[in-house]
Amino acid sequence: MRIICPLCGDRDSREFHYRGAAKLINRPDGDASDQAFFDYVYLRDNPAGPNRELWFHETGCRSWLVAERNTVTHEFLSVDLAETAKRGAK
Amino acid sequence: MRYSALQVFLNGLTGNKGWKPVWRNPDPKPYYDVIIIGGGGHGLSTAYYLAKNHGITNVAVLERGYLGGGNVGRNTTIVRANYMLEGNSQFYSHSLKLWEGLEADLNYNTMLSQRGQVMLGHSDGQMDALARRGNMMRMQGDDAVLWGKDEVRKHLYYLNHDSARFPIYGGLMHWRGGTARHDAVAWGYARGADQRGVDLIQNCEVKGFRIENGKVLGVDTSRGFIGAGKVGMTVAGRSSQVGQMAGLRLPIESHVLQAFVTEGLKPIIPHVVSFGMGHFYISQSDKGGLVFGGDLDMYNSYAQRGNLPMVEHVAEAGMALMPMIGKAKMLRSWGGIMDMSMDGTPIIDKTVIDGFFINCGWCYGGFKAVPGSGDAFSHLIATGNYHKAADKFLLKRFETGHVIDETGNGATPNLH
Repeated sequence: MRIICPLCGDRDSREFHYRGAAKLINRPDGDASDQAFFDYVYLRDNPAGPNRELWFHETGCRSWLVAERNTVTHEFLSVDLAETAKRGAK
Repeated sequence: MRYSALQVFLNGLTGNKGWKPVWRNPDPKPYYDVIIIGGGGHGLSTAYYLAKNHGITNVAVLERGYLGGGNVGRNTTIVRANYMLEGNSQFYSHSLKLWEGLEADLNYNTMLSQRGQVMLGHSDGQMDALARRGNMMRMQGDDAVLWGKDEVRKHLYYLNHDSARFPIYGGLMHWRGGTARHDAVAWGYARGADQRGVDLIQNCEVKGFRIENGKVLGVDTSRGFIGAGKVGMTVAGRSSQVGQMAGLRLPIESHVLQAFVTEGLKPIIPHVVSFGMGHFYISQSDKGGLVFGGDLDMYNSYAQRGNLPMVEHVAEAGMALMPMIGKAKMLRSWGGIMDMSMDGTPIIDKTVIDGFFINCGWCYGGFKAVPGSGDAFSHLIATGNYHKAADKFLLKRFETGHVIDETGNGATPNLH
């Protein structure tokens, strides 16, 4: 797999560390319910198809990225800085 | 037909014309007492034990592809009971005991080979951890022997013992561990279930559930609606999708795990060797191929194939541990979709839907669990009570904080 980093361009996936579902950037507030934290920490949609996920460009620009990737074909559909994605989500 | 040496002899004399297909290929009936979704190791063993232990024979196993075509046909065939934590320990112990009687029980040669499985240690700290694990295995009633440097050298003389990074300090030998013939396990259970009247229905994909007033009534499939009193799900990597059809969200991610086999070689590796620090484990098949695997590719995947960086990593780890295998040619590699649970421990439980049971989250350890999982899951489906060897694999443990985190990695699905 190759990942097009918004800052560094087309790079080998070995430069990146995978963290998991992109929903992890939206941590519930500290006073949120137990159910909300249970959902945040443990539950996953785990789709077969496009999946929004967090990648860290560990040996590159060290940016956190939100990528949309097809889990059936391994094709990357889009890659954004996590910062941008989070601001977009709000 | 009951298999025996006499049958082999008689059929040998008559041109092997007397062998019959091992299972029927029935069309689905309109209604079953129990439907099992997924015709892999766990589904077939569940159906077998439902019929054998609980007398429930109006059972169908629905398989989207062909029987045993998923992870039970795509693993590294290792059987062991070297778990440590309450919950896991008694379950894998139970499963290994079932393995030991399986061939006689099924009248089918699963080629169980208890050749011993050794975990290597590379520091004083790791040796302490192995000693602790060994003690806990022995307290469970299983076997473990702590090997020092000399014993590892004697038994595993071909390793690189003095590598600068991971010198070998010793190991934990589990002699009752070993390997089994993966396909034969699926086929043996399929044959046993079929003989007891279970319908094994292939090319039948479940498309949805029919649920009314919180009770499951049946499943919609590619071959029409099939009614059921109870439905059990054993679909490994596809658990999230099938669960979603029933409105469940599960604490699972699906990841790809690769494994490899070399050309056939003369006997050289008599045990199963686990090199945890390099994420590498290896055994030699009865055909002579070196069967080895490593770590997950580390990203969600349903592709049943991995990528080259992990191939390189596994090969490097193998070369670091046993430089001699560099001469062997890698013949094939394959990937399986692992249902990675958030604490590394499986789930065998009821659900909020009356009559719908789930069996998932086996991570990359599902093969050795096939007999135990089928026994425990069939017990739960038939009686509504948890099997005593599997009464900690609850779905709600994540919510209540009773996770069974063998490796202590916390809520991460890909590090267990």
